[in-house]
Amino acid sequence: MRSAVLRVGPVSTRFAPRAVLAGLLITLVAAATAVYSLTVGDYPLSVSEVLATLSGHGDRASEFAVYGLRLPRVLTALFVGMAFGMAGAVFQSLSRNPLGSPDIIGFTTGSATGALIGILLLGGGSLVIAGSAVIGGLVVAALVYLLAVTDGVVRPGQLVLVGIGASAVLASFNGYLLTRADLGDAMQAAVWLTGSLNGRGWEHAIPVGVAVALGGVAVLCLARPLDTLALGDDTAGGLGVPIERVRRALLIGAVALTAVATASAGPVPFIALAAPQVARRLTRSPDASPLVAGLTGAALLALADLAAQRLFAPVALPVGVLTAALGGVYLVWLLAAQRKAGRW
Amino acid sequence: MTILSARPAIRRASSSRRFIALALAGVVLLIAVVASVALGARPVPLGHVWAALTDYDGSSDAVAVRDLRLPRTLLGVFVGAALGVAGCLMQALTRNPLAEPGVLGVNAGAAAAIVSAMSFLGVTAPAGYVWFAMAGAGGAFALVYLLGGGGRIKESPARLAVAGTAVGAALTGFTSAVVLFDSTAFDQFRFWAVGALADRGMPVFWQVAPFLAGGLLLAASIGPALNTLALGDDQSRSLGSNPLVVRGTAALAAVALSAGATAAAGPIGFVGLAVPHAARFIVGADERWLMAFSALAAPSLLLIADVTGRVLGRPGELETGVVTAMVGAPLFIYLVRRLRVPA
Repeated sequence: MRSAVLRVGPVSTRFAPRAVLAGLLITLVAAATAVYSLTVGDYPLSVSEVLATLSGHGDRASEFAVYGLRLPRVLTALFVGMAFGMAGAVFQSLSRNPLGSPDIIGFTTGSATGALIGILLLGGGSLVIAGSAVIGGLVVAALVYLLAVTDGVVRPGQLVLVGIGASAVLASFNGYLLTRADLGDAMQAAVWLTGSLNGRGWEHAIPVGVAVALGGVAVLCLARPLDTLALGDDTAGGLGVPIERVRRALLIGAVALTAVATASAGPVPFIALAAPQVARRLTRSPDASPLVAGLTGAALLALADLAAQRLFAPVALPVGVLTAALGGVYLVWLLAAQRKAGRW
Repeated sequence: MTILSARPAIRRASSSRRFIALALAGVVLLIAVVASVALGARPVPLGHVWAALTDYDGSSDAVAVRDLRLPRTLLGVFVGAALGVAGCLMQALTRNPLAEPGVLGVNAGAAAAIVSAMSFLGVTAPAGYVWFAMAGAGGAFALVYLLGGGGRIKESPARLAVAGTAVGAALTGFTSAVVLFDSTAFDQFRFWAVGALADRGMPVFWQVAPFLAGGLLLAASIGPALNTLALGDDQSRSLGSNPLVVRGTAALAAVALSAGATAAAGPIGFVGLAVPHAARFIVGADERWLMAFSALAAPSLLLIADVTGRVLGRPGELETGVVTAMVGAPLFIYLVRRLRVPA
């Protein structure tokens, strides 16, 4: 059964049971990971102690461990993962390419350039780095968008190609900056470029949380027109979708989500790319809904961060190392399993 | 309009237009080769350049030309041609005009192997990296190809690209973990990662030459068959070619070319994607013309970038990989805008 209809009085909505089931399952995985992440660390807590602390019945030490250290980090992971996952889903359906991600319009390389300038030339602290990363990303995304407009129309294909060109320029500029910098600075830049959640606090969690809430609502409102756009511009236009407006709104939403997420955690690789792919396979639908992709991203990043903290403890790896490895291996496994099942 | 499923609107270019384009590309390459031998960080008068080539006297000018610039130019021509043709093959194979050697895990495999060699075995010279890079690139691509469905790519060409990205990401994770813990390896790796033609010399050239030459020959041999492949497997079979064999050969050629190029010059990404793509607008979608044109245009781009880097960076130089995108990308963006790419 591909889709079902829910009717409550005069209101009815179409939904895919499998997607709902998959979404619930992924949420469960994310929640379990989050709770488990709250229990581990230098001051171990039991699950019941964590739940007690969360409901306001914990002692001072566990309150500090949970509210002061672990919860903001876990929430940052969940929100950042969600933001990347949703943005990735939007980009993949807009560009109609499974390799689509915010990278394709140059956002990620732009933010990396911004951050490198922040670290290497301005010698800034984390606020300067986050700020210059966001500015870099937005400037490049806007530039790519403007360069891709011909006759007042943005064709997704052209957007992708211009994005690739711009990314190539910036990537080589980034390489140049890295080779000319002093080794210590370059190492610091490399850690930022990998994406890390080490030492993230409430000041990181809250902005991403707000952005995910706002951007999430916006993207979800546009999910139906996004589905319709997948039928092709002519069909979608014929069905009454204001193509250009929807596309622009989706692009802005997805870029904003990516920007805030990048500012908090750096350009954590692969979530935006893998989350929609994984969600698509879990829901067995041709296009992943941004919501399920976002939840998948959240679960993926929370899992990866847990692994990054614990695998080589007491050394905490930057989470970016793990998202790449974990996401990559999981996708490989999925592909291999499907190959065996003869699907595809 | 779809980027993925459709090969971009196949426009037939008239054959006189294609001949002119090909001839022009040849002339540009010739100029680039001459410039690459004649220009450099050390100003050598043209007369001395000629003398160094015809009548080697051991002077420092002659050494610069003969022992530094000549091998470097030779390497640039081969690496460039390899990247361009490998890009064509990858795009035909995956039916994705955004495919490039890097998408299929080749660069990530080479990087992972090289970083391991640097960090665990203490290898430091380019000639020492080459075999590691080849092995890493070949291994990664083999894995990607198997996961991507082997010869059965036709059912979903996207699968190959997804497999490549997945394998690439996992390997990149490994690479960054290694370099983040080992600053000596990071220090070497950051220079390898931009991609350069400098300081390779003839030993590196001879190490990769068999792979590059073999790959180019293989690619040339399947040009017509690749064209029938674009019509779909059934059509292709009825026209007398075996799609499985053609895809296997194309994959083999692509991996030999891109692994060889990456091993020799590092990951120079943009060339393999942009040149075949731009070529499609100029000479049409015929794979034979595409590959021939790319084999001339890609080395021109690489050599022009290399010379520009040498001239701009005086008294040192800018790495080839840095300049390639700076030179090529604006041109690419211009073409995309100008030709209203129907992707």
